Amino acid sequence: MSISADTIFAHSSGRPPAAIAVIRITGPDAHRVAEGLCGSLPVPRQAGLRTLRSAGGEILDDALVLRFDGPASVTGEHLVELHCHGSRAVVAAILRELATSPGLREALPGEFTRRSFENGRIDLTQAEGLADLLEAETEGQRRAALQVTGGAIRRQVELWRDELLVLSAKAEAAIDYADEEDETQTQAADLAQAASQLRSDIASWLARPRAEPLRHGVRVVIAGPPNAGKSSLLNSLVGIDRAIVSQEPGTTRDVIEVPVSFAGIPFLLIDTAGLRTGGGAIESVGIQRAEQQIAAADVVLWMGRPEVAPDHPRIIRLHGQVDRLDRHDIPPGSLAVSSITGAGLESLVEQLTILGRTLLPEADVVALNDRQAKALREVADAVSSASPKELELTAEAFRQARSAIDRVTGSAGVEDLLDSLFRRFCLGK
Amino acid sequence: MYDVLVIGGGHAGCEAAAAAARRGARVGLLTFRAEDVGQMSCNPSIGGVGKGHVVRELDVFDGLMGRAADRASIHRRMLNRSKGPAVWGPRVQADRKLYAAAMRSLVQESGIEVMVGEVVRLKLAGDRITGVQLADYAVLPCRSLVIATGTFLNAQIFIGEGRETAGRRGEQSSAALGSQIREIGLGQGRLKTGTPPRLNGRTIDWSRLEEQPSDSDNWFMSALPNAGTPAPTLRCAITRTTPETHQMIAQAFDRSPLFSGSIEGRGPRYCPSIEDKIRRFGDRDGHQIFLEPEGLDSSEVYPNGISTSLPRDIQIAFVRSIPGLERADIVRPGYAVEYEYIDPRRLGTDLQTREIAGLYLAGQINGTTGYEEAAAQGLVAGLNAAAQACGLPPTRFDRRTSYIGVMIDDLTLQGVSEPYRMMTARAEYRLSLRADNATTRLGSDALKAECLSPLRQKSIIDHLERRQAPGFAETPEGAADELYAPYVDRQRREWQTIERDRLISLSPSLDFRCIPGMSTEMAERLELARPESLDQASRVPGVTPAALSALYIASQRQVA
Repeated sequence: MSISADTIFAHSSGRPPAAIAVIRITGPDAHRVAEGLCGSLPVPRQAGLRTLRSAGGEILDDALVLRFDGPASVTGEHLVELHCHGSRAVVAAILRELATSPGLREALPGEFTRRSFENGRIDLTQAEGLADLLEAETEGQRRAALQVTGGAIRRQVELWRDELLVLSAKAEAAIDYADEEDETQTQAADLAQAASQLRSDIASWLARPRAEPLRHGVRVVIAGPPNAGKSSLLNSLVGIDRAIVSQEPGTTRDVIEVPVSFAGIPFLLIDTAGLRTGGGAIESVGIQRAEQQIAAADVVLWMGRPEVAPDHPRIIRLHGQVDRLDRHDIPPGSLAVSSITGAGLESLVEQLTILGRTLLPEADVVALNDRQAKALREVADAVSSASPKELELTAEAFRQARSAIDRVTGSAGVEDLLDSLFRRFCLGK
Repeated sequence: MYDVLVIGGGHAGCEAAAAAARRGARVGLLTFRAEDVGQMSCNPSIGGVGKGHVVRELDVFDGLMGRAADRASIHRRMLNRSKGPAVWGPRVQADRKLYAAAMRSLVQESGIEVMVGEVVRLKLAGDRITGVQLADYAVLPCRSLVIATGTFLNAQIFIGEGRETAGRRGEQSSAALGSQIREIGLGQGRLKTGTPPRLNGRTIDWSRLEEQPSDSDNWFMSALPNAGTPAPTLRCAITRTTPETHQMIAQAFDRSPLFSGSIEGRGPRYCPSIEDKIRRFGDRDGHQIFLEPEGLDSSEVYPNGISTSLPRDIQIAFVRSIPGLERADIVRPGYAVEYEYIDPRRLGTDLQTREIAGLYLAGQINGTTGYEEAAAQGLVAGLNAAAQACGLPPTRFDRRTSYIGVMIDDLTLQGVSEPYRMMTARAEYRLSLRADNATTRLGSDALKAECLSPLRQKSIIDHLERRQAPGFAETPEGAADELYAPYVDRQRREWQTIERDRLISLSPSLDFRCIPGMSTEMAERLELARPESLDQASRVPGVTPAALSALYIASQRQVA
């Protein structure tokens, strides 16, 4: 039996939002890492409710925690399962926290299964199903993502790749054909300058709206103090009773997400627990979560006093319950709304639609997904590290950039580089 | 009974025979003619960027090439000196006669029996080599055989409309042996290469040409001190083709066997003939030509850059349209040679064929080009042929620690579609693989291989000790280590992630088609390359993560 040296984690359930999400950590350090997150771990094989906190003490979620001691676990190693709330923000916050824990890394595709197999926890027939699964998950996803909107992303990324190959080929030609200077003479500084142009091209794409809001909806977070009418507003906007509405402050203890569509633009309306200090322990978790939701929001609908509105680039200040006699004074800059009379709702929807359009990729403009964006950021970082002095270091920067861009387009390899080199230059004696 | 027999006395053959002998094997070397041993058949230079790195690596294992080059050197340049030390490429022009003489004496010193004869048949017992049969019906028994016949297998020479069957000009081609190798089924194809016309140096107007001076400082290819007195330095010069040259060549395209369809083999992209250059890069106003003298007491000059297979009359005409060559005489015309190679994916990383145990192939026959590439394969084949014959452990090279490893890995996994030449662009760990740190990288591997003279052993041990001593950081090698340290550290972290896969070996008897979940396409790709480890499998072109997982699981089943 082999025991792995490193500890890995992965989000092991379906794509959020969902009722719950399962995050698994396995490896020699799994218990230690999970303890850091949960404070303490329950006894093996018994669920325990724990509050997950970041290293900085910030509350991430309340989760059901399960502990397994190796080898009696599905991977045959120490394993901890976190059953947390299934909203995207919560899952993202926990994964982010795990990714920054020292000694921990995100699992490669199929790695949990590989460990299970290595440690004799699943048999060959079970493991052999892995191959097809992986194909579907990784290659399939990569290809599908490139083909969206008629392959426009593929074409753009391939243009960058070709440009990169040309830059790389220039550097390589100057190194490998040092004596044929009249053909290959290249200054590292010129290459570094061309690289910086490529970097800013990629950066301008990275700054554009992403594909995710289109798929998951523009995230509109309704926030404010308890009993400000957040849930009622959500219900009016949705037109159905999805949230629990009561007169008692602090009813919405969890986060509620409802997908809607205005003028063809997909939105995800998110109701949060009221922001106030004090209250019960569970509610304070809800408040922590609300703060995270605001941070992850595309648009915030603020239902509290304008002067204590949270800091957010796209915030609409609402003056709710305008139907009430004591709420007739409307602060300047706020939009008055009433869930009961419907006042202001049309205007709110209009404002949301305008904001939504700026956040979504336009119909004829293609958008990168997060994974492509991550790889392209690596490309941009690598090319911007191109040394204006040492040509072999410039070449190394381009090599790294090529390997990052390969993760988007599929592998190119040395042969493509050489092709680019010999097509462009008349080399060889 | 020979432990190791080697067919061919070129760069691969000499290194293979000498490496096997250094490991203690009884070695015989077969050649068509005694005077062919150690000949430089093409341009008279050794080394360069990437190639020079290979020579330094070969030298750590006590290979012959570096020492012979030092004895014969008449001009030396450290290429890329204006760039960082990782890509410095040592290159020397060598006197053809001195080089061959140095090689022959080094071969002699190794205790190799050099025999003249043509091998017409391999003797096999089942799927194992037992010896060779010569044209005179004599049979030489052996435990291992290294074939290093270069371009000699079914070669054809082309000059203009004419063609003849031969290896190099005026020499025989190993037709009989070729047909048997074809029967064994090593998956051969055809490649082409070419040479320029040789000029009479006395008819060149040197005074009009730009001189390329030799380096003023004395560096050497080999880490061992030069045994003989260094040869004097000669001058090299540069000239260029003219628009007139281009016009003459373009008008004769229809008389070129390259364009008429007579030559099917694919030539290297990086060593094009002058007619190729003009057809593909017609916009250039001139192409550089390097005039390289062939030796101290020879008037022949090798005009590097105008390799051609045009008819002789065109060759004379276009040469004389080049500045400085207006009165030049052609001593021998240039020609193209098309030859057969075998698919190197049929070989293991020890360069042994999978079909026939004890049969090793090295050099140009594996689809490579260049002296240095051939010599390095000779070293690998020789060390391992001796190991197989004498029951010693095999010696393998890793692409993370040597250019030799890069080349063997590329050849045996990717195969070739054009003659393979060593370039630093092929090495992803280029910043670690310097010409100045070959002893550091490979010293302990060389000591382990037990193929070194006492002098070399001492030189390696001393060097490794010096590295530990204070003040090493001030030496050129120490300073270069420091310069690249951040990059090398990052690469080392990259290595670690693949280290585990590298240690998972795949059995040679593994049937890829029978692996559950493996698609037929993937099985075919893997079958061609026959990777020896999971890490190698990940570099087989087109192999998906899914196929790797299936392969991994299958390899574990074999262990179980």
